[in-house]
Amino acid sequence: MKRIDIYLLAFLLSALFAPRVAAQTGNIYIHDPSTIAYCDGKYYTFGTGSGGLISDDGWTWRSGAVRPGGGVAPDVIKIGDRYLVSYSAGYPGTEGKTRGVVTTMWSKTLDPESPDFGFSEPELVAWAGADEDCWAIDPAFLLDPTTGRLWCSYGTYFGAIRIVELDPATGKRVEGNKAVDIAIDCEATALMYRDGWYYLLGTHGTCCDGVNSTYNIVCGRSRSVTGPYVDNMGRDMLQGGGKMVLSAGNRATGPGHFGHYVETEGVEKMSFHYEADFERSGRSTLAVRSLLWKNGWPVAADPFKEGTYEIESERRGYSLELAVNFVRMQGGMRAFRIDPNEPVVVIEDQKLEDVIGGWPTGDIDIRLGDYMFRPHQKWTVTAVPDAGGYLGAPYYKITIAGTERALAATEDGELTAVPAFTGADEQLWRIEQLTDGTFRILTKVACGCGKQMCLKCTGDSTVTLGEFDFSSDNCKWNFRDR
Amino acid sequence: MSITKTFKRAALAALALSCLAALPARAQLDLSYHQPVLEDYFAPAAATPAVPDEQGFIRRWSLLEPIAKPEIRTNAIFDDSYLNEEFAKIYFDGQMSIVPKDGQKVKLDKKTKLTWHCYDSKRYNVKLYRFATGLGLHPTEALYLAVTVIDVPQDMTVRLSVGSNSASKWWIDGEEVLLLTGDRRMVVDDCVSRKIQLSAGRHVLRGAVINGPGMSDFCVRFLDASLRPVTKLTITNQK
Repeated sequence: MKRIDIYLLAFLLSALFAPRVAAQTGNIYIHDPSTIAYCDGKYYTFGTGSGGLISDDGWTWRSGAVRPGGGVAPDVIKIGDRYLVSYSAGYPGTEGKTRGVVTTMWSKTLDPESPDFGFSEPELVAWAGADEDCWAIDPAFLLDPTTGRLWCSYGTYFGAIRIVELDPATGKRVEGNKAVDIAIDCEATALMYRDGWYYLLGTHGTCCDGVNSTYNIVCGRSRSVTGPYVDNMGRDMLQGGGKMVLSAGNRATGPGHFGHYVETEGVEKMSFHYEADFERSGRSTLAVRSLLWKNGWPVAADPFKEGTYEIESERRGYSLELAVNFVRMQGGMRAFRIDPNEPVVVIEDQKLEDVIGGWPTGDIDIRLGDYMFRPHQKWTVTAVPDAGGYLGAPYYKITIAGTERALAATEDGELTAVPAFTGADEQLWRIEQLTDGTFRILTKVACGCGKQMCLKCTGDSTVTLGEFDFSSDNCKWNFRDR
Repeated sequence: MSITKTFKRAALAALALSCLAALPARAQLDLSYHQPVLEDYFAPAAATPAVPDEQGFIRRWSLLEPIAKPEIRTNAIFDDSYLNEEFAKIYFDGQMSIVPKDGQKVKLDKKTKLTWHCYDSKRYNVKLYRFATGLGLHPTEALYLAVTVIDVPQDMTVRLSVGSNSASKWWIDGEEVLLLTGDRRMVVDDCVSRKIQLSAGRHVLRGAVINGPGMSDFCVRFLDASLRPVTKLTITNQK
């Protein structure tokens, strides 16, 4: 058997038996997850009922987060060196007199193993009367980056979504503050601020109906935190308006309970639950996507799809390739004045077996070049099971299509392509879509500076590893299928 | 979470259970609030003709007290077939032709008489849930019927725009023009009819809204060819 046939067979077998890449892995069963919080090297999210989930890397989750009070749909925010948790549950003296209450409590840490762990006594910050057009559940925080003021939205389909102001020092309701109606006909709201706009996200559709749940996440925006929040059609969310951020798809229904997580400038994530994950018995599961921004509106990124791509630099548009001979194809320029009646002949792509014999067998340098859809420019990106991950995705291997030749970081912080993928950390890559729709590609292994390094152009045709800088197109890449 | 109409009972149970959490007693809380009343949402229809509000919403309606539909335990049943069948049911004589007067009663069966109420809604959306609770009636698991009469000053081509919670069907002069299917929330301009030719003169607009658990309301306006609200109408509520 020719060498290329062995490579091809190995590739096909690995594709055949590769497990489907899930949204997250581990114990990800949760309903109404809070915003994900990062505390002392771990990620936390809390859900309806008691407790929540913990992850060391943002990809593999386990149960074990602790939140007293029970109730439904909590939220969490870090303020200073403490964490403020809000949830909807019973409060002494309110029984039978209210339609939901919102409480807040503090802890210095979210790590239940820490000696600093322990929540303060809950404070009542909002409630709805037993027959009001409001149901005070599903709280969500926003610490306004422009003013330092703390806001909390809450509510469900039954009447209005409301917003109140809390004291960021105490977590209590600001004295004299009146609740303001900001939306109707949604629930599980969340608030964000970006570039002078406040964004109100709500969950529309039907909850809690398993595979038939039509839950979906919509959004409006306002120049004022207290509204009016309008959608892309200028329709007030008090009139039911809302622009779609995410609906069902990818074999899961009912995305709801948006949470916003900013990794760094240009790298934002949204957490949510699916009402029913078709790959997991239709159970409610935690999910994380990259969050993009398009014309001033948030958009949920599609999950990264394994496949074979051109990896194009945003800087110049040149493509990642092996530093090997450019093998010319037969043909060359045809005459202009050709007989139009001459039969058309389809020219086949250059094949791997046509060129691989001329490639070095050891490590091969990496560079950028004009994309000519040649074998040394086509990269297959495949998730690597059990290699861990990061918030929203697993680590990937990036190999030349049809081979096991893998993109790798070198000890001195440069790039190479090793003859075969071994699973070593320097061959694992973190791929994240940025807010502008481009991608960053990070090493798993931290380089000398202790940080994960990204593929970074040094010139139009040269590339190295360097620190990520969202403001520079040197750090941005596109995965193109062409 | 997520207290949806369909599953609010489960959520209520969760909340009730959570109330069992042992927390220290607090000082007396002031939990007073304004108890919603009918007058917050509706006023008796004025004697003079009404006009659409500045956004074109028709606020003058004759509303029949809710027809009980206790069999609707969940809105998940609101598929097209179910709705077409339900909206075709006749509960009383003249159901599809009546332009009722305020206080007029209709007889559903030997035990059940319901009354029409002619109101001006104080909001762009007609809050059916509050219409019922304001009259001391059960607001959910119900079919609501609504009628109004519009005067069109000149021939015009329009589209009927409706948002409703939950599903609904709408007729103009007895002809069906719009069906809003599924477990639906009220959204302005959620569903808009095909083009409708309205001749100068009087037309009867009729709607039926069905809902299981939860809030129920609707909003209605006409849009012109450019999808702008039509405001040059008068609304009499009477023939």
